[in-house]
Amino acid sequence: MAGIPHDHYEPRTNGERWLHKRLPIMGLLYDTLMIPTPKNLNWMWIWGIVLFFCLALQIVTGVVLVMHYTPQIDLAFASVEHIMRNVNGGYFIRYLHQNGASLFFVAVYLHIFRGLYYGSYKAPREVTWIIGMLIYLLMMATAFMGYVLPWGQMSFWGATVITGLFGAIPGIGPDIQTWLLGGPSVDNATLNRFFSLHYLLPFVIAGLAILHVWGFHTTGNNNPTGVEVRRGSKEEAERDTLPFWPYFVIKDLFALAVILAVFFAVVGFMPNFLGHPDNYIQANPLVTPAEIVPEWYFLPFYAILRAFTDDVWVVIAANWLSFGIIDAKFFGVLAMFGSIAIMALAPWLDTSSVRSGRYRPMFKWWFAGLCISFVVLMWAGARPAEPLYQAISLIFTAYWFGYFLIILPLLGVIEKPLPQPATIEEDFNAHYGPSANPAE
Amino acid sequence: MIRKLALALVLVISAGVAHAAGEAAPTPDVAFPHEGPFGRFDQFQLQRGLQVYTEVCAACHGLKFVPMRTLSDAGGPGLPADQVRAYASQFTVVDADSGADRPGLPSDNFPRSAMETAPDLSLMAKARAGFHGPYGLGLNQLFRGMGGAEYIHAILTGYEEPPACAEGFESDGYFNKYFAKGAIPETCKGEDGKSMIEGSWIAMPPPLSDDLITYADGTPATVDQMAMDVASFLMWTAEPKLMDRKNAGFVSVIFLAFLATLLFLTNKRIWAGVKGKKHA
Repeated sequence: MAGIPHDHYEPRTNGERWLHKRLPIMGLLYDTLMIPTPKNLNWMWIWGIVLFFCLALQIVTGVVLVMHYTPQIDLAFASVEHIMRNVNGGYFIRYLHQNGASLFFVAVYLHIFRGLYYGSYKAPREVTWIIGMLIYLLMMATAFMGYVLPWGQMSFWGATVITGLFGAIPGIGPDIQTWLLGGPSVDNATLNRFFSLHYLLPFVIAGLAILHVWGFHTTGNNNPTGVEVRRGSKEEAERDTLPFWPYFVIKDLFALAVILAVFFAVVGFMPNFLGHPDNYIQANPLVTPAEIVPEWYFLPFYAILRAFTDDVWVVIAANWLSFGIIDAKFFGVLAMFGSIAIMALAPWLDTSSVRSGRYRPMFKWWFAGLCISFVVLMWAGARPAEPLYQAISLIFTAYWFGYFLIILPLLGVIEKPLPQPATIEEDFNAHYGPSANPAE
Repeated sequence: MIRKLALALVLVISAGVAHAAGEAAPTPDVAFPHEGPFGRFDQFQLQRGLQVYTEVCAACHGLKFVPMRTLSDAGGPGLPADQVRAYASQFTVVDADSGADRPGLPSDNFPRSAMETAPDLSLMAKARAGFHGPYGLGLNQLFRGMGGAEYIHAILTGYEEPPACAEGFESDGYFNKYFAKGAIPETCKGEDGKSMIEGSWIAMPPPLSDDLITYADGTPATVDQMAMDVASFLMWTAEPKLMDRKNAGFVSVIFLAFLATLLFLTNKRIWAGVKGKKHA
C-alpha cells in the first residue's frame, strides 16, 4: 500500500511464511491495524469506529429479526408483535435494531460535520469523501425501507409520501413511482421489494466502507491541524504518528463503551422515545394519520423539501423559465436531493488552501451557522406545514445552499488564515510536551 | 418574500409563546408504578385491570396480539397456571387445524374485538398520547413513562357535559374532553374552522361508573381506580416485557460502565509514554 512509510509484515514462523506466499492476508491485516495514524487526533475522530459497530450491530440483529419476520402485508405487523412477545429476547433485539438506526445516524452526522470542519474532504481525500457520501445515501435508503417493514401507519404513509416524491418528476415521474412501488400504490409488492433491498443494501454499505477505509489509508488520515504527516523517511513519519494498534484502537473502544452505555440506557429505559406512536397502529390505507412525520434523521431534508411553496420567488422563476415543467413540488424534490449532492461537491467548492477550520477565523463562524441551520431545519421539519415554519425552513435552506455555493468559494479568497504549525509533532508537543519516553 | 422573512424573524423571537389551538385538554400525569427506570408493574393492579378489562372492555374490544398464557408470566399479572387455563376456557375459539369450535387454551390469544368499530387494545398504550410525555422532553419520558397509560386513564375519566356552544347538537357520540379526533359541531368552531373547545365527541359510551364491578381484593371500585387499573393493565399488554427490558438495561449499563472504566485506565496507561505533561 502506498502512503506513509512504515514497517511491513514479516512472516516469522514456517507456517506464516507458507501462508504468506500463498495468500498475504496476514500482511493485509497487519498493515491495516498498524497503519501510522497522526498522534494528535482528537475525540471527534472516534465516530468511524462507532459507525463500524453500528453496521455490525444492525446486520447481526437484522439477520436474527429476519428469522422471525414475515414480509406480507397481512402478517408483517403481527410478526413484529410475535417477535416482541414470543421470541426469546426478541423485544430487546428489535429495540436494539430500531434504536441502532438512530445511533447510526447520530454517529454519521457527527462524522460528516467533523469532516466539514477539519477539511477532511479536501485534496487528496476527495474520493474517500465521495464514497462516504454514497454510504450516507445508502444508509438513508436502507433506514427508510427498514421503517416500512413493521407495516404500521407511519410505515405505510411514509412510504406513500416518499415514493410520491419520485412521482413529482415531470413526465416520467408517475411511471418511476409505479416501478418503485411495484403497482399503483403501496402494497404487498412494495413491502416485498423494500424487504429485499433492506437486506441487500447493508452489505453494499459494508463493501463501500472497506473502500472508504482503503481510501484514507492510502492518503493517510486527516488530523485536527490539517497539516500532512511528514513522509520523507520512516523516522520522520514516526515523529508525527503512532500505530493504530494499540493507541487508537483502545482510545476508540473507550469512547465506544461510553457511547454504548448511553445507547443501552435508551434501549432499556425509553426505547420508543425516538419512534412515532402511530407506528404501533397497523397500516390502514383508508385512514390517513393526522400528521405524517419522518424519522428524526430525515427531518432537516424534509424541511428543505417543504420549504419551497408556490409563492417563493425562485420557484416562480424556475416555473417560468422551464415553461411550467418545474412546479413547487418538483422544485422541493430537487432542492432536497441537491442539498445532499452539494455536500458531496464540497472538495471542489472550497477554495481555501488551509484544511482545518482551527486556522480559519472567518470560516469558524460560517461553519457554526451551518450547524445551526442543520438543527433548526431538523426542528422545523417536525412542525406542521404552516407558513411560519415554511418561512423559517426557507431561510435556513438558503443558508445551507449559500454556505456551499457562495461562502466556501469566497472565503478561500478573502480570508486571512492564522499561522499553522509546521508539523503534527509540534502541535502535539504544544499540548502535551515532548514525549516523556522518547524511545517510544 | 421579504414580508415572510420579517414575519418569521418576529415569530422566531417570540417562539414558544404561540401554541396551536388545543383540540383536547392536556392529558393529566398519573404516577403509575411502572414508570421510571426503577418502575415495576404492580402485580395486583394488573390483576384488577384484567378484571376491569374482562368484565367491561371485552364486551366490545379485543386483545388479539396478546397470548393468554402470558397472564402467568413473571413481570405480568402473574396468575397461577390453573387460573389461566380456567380463564382461557371461558372463550370459544375456532381451532386452526380442525376448523371446529373448542374452548380456549392458554396458548390461544385473547379474542379479537367483538364489535367491528371498537379498536383492538393490545398496543393502545403505545399507540396513543405520544411518547414524548406531557412536555415533550426526553427525560420526562424517562421518569414519567411514555404517556399512553395516562391517555387511557384520561379518556376513561374525561366524560363531561357538552360545552354550551354545542347546544342542540345531535350526535351518536359522547363528549370527552381528552378526545381530539372525534366530531365537533360547527357552532363550536371559530372562523378559521378550528375547534374552540377542548375535547370532542367519542363513539364509546362512558364505560365506567362507580361500583360497576366488585374487585376480588376488596379495593373500592371508583371510576378513577378502575381507569388507573385498566390503563396499567393495557400498558402491560402493550409492553409485556417492560420489566425484563429495564433489568436488561441495568445489566447493560453497569457492565458498559465497568468496561469503559477499564478501557479508560488502559488508554491512560498506553498513552502515558507518549504524552508528556499536559500544557494546555
